[in-house]
Amino acid sequence: MRWFWVDRFTEFVSGSHAKGIKNVCLDEEVVDNYCPGFPVLPPTLIIEGMAQMGGILIAEHFDFRKRVVLAKVGKGKFYAPAKTGDRLHYDVRLDAVQDNGGTVVSTSHCEGELQAEIDLMFAFLEDGFLVDGPLFEPGDLKVMLQIMNFFSVAVDANGNRFPTYENL
Amino acid sequence: MALSEEEIFSKVQSSLEDALGVDDDEVTMDATLVGDLGAESIDFLDIVFKLEKAFDIQIPREELSPEDILTNSQYVQDGVVTADGLAELKKRMPWADLSDFEADPKVQNFGNLLTVGDLCRYVGSKVND
Repeated sequence: MRWFWVDRFTEFVSGSHAKGIKNVCLDEEVVDNYCPGFPVLPPTLIIEGMAQMGGILIAEHFDFRKRVVLAKVGKGKFYAPAKTGDRLHYDVRLDAVQDNGGTVVSTSHCEGELQAEIDLMFAFLEDGFLVDGPLFEPGDLKVMLQIMNFFSVAVDANGNRFPTYENL
Repeated sequence: MALSEEEIFSKVQSSLEDALGVDDDEVTMDATLVGDLGAESIDFLDIVFKLEKAFDIQIPREELSPEDILTNSQYVQDGVVTADGLAELKKRMPWADLSDFEADPKVQNFGNLLTVGDLCRYVGSKVND
């Protein structure tokens, strides 16, 4: 199972925001199994999708030099279930960053209606804490970002399209 | 514009309610962040973000968490903060009430030192400078 909970980036502006989409499909085991007879994307995995986008938004802000992990879900409000056939539009905004963490505020919309609001806080693992070295095998994060269409839409801190990063 | 003590307390209280999921009546001036309000280490980062936003201030990490002093062999001997270390802490954190800590200045006791009142005085020193 691949732990990808956003299908595609549709917009990415360094230090500002990221947008992406998540399609809810009946062939996903977790959608089928979570609430038998009422297939929905579990809210926790909507949070995970936001966290993947938010983590990338913050990591990119530091040229992917920080080891960014989700530390806290500050707010999670869900206004409608994410049902099969729904396309969720995620919008993740950089809220604040420090040298040891950052926060994002994010929303999910479906057919123009607010579906969820999630606030997240990320922390940076200091060297030697929990694990040594990078959190991803060399090249793995880059491949993940390519699959998610990141490089096709991203604009880096200098306003450049199709950015490249030494640390990926 | 200077803020009154009541205004500062109200914003600190609201920030702590959000960060720690506690009720407003639990957030009293004497409540300790760790012991009474259940703050864990990661919550302090959250509290810093919320206070920065609420008061439009910058909070350098070392001002609220003087780990550099508490891990410095010049200021700590056998797990106890020395007189020099206490002087350094007082200099760094003039807004904190260190009297209880001075009575038993083990490093391990520092974690449960800060109170809501300390946090209010710290914020006050930043916004009313």
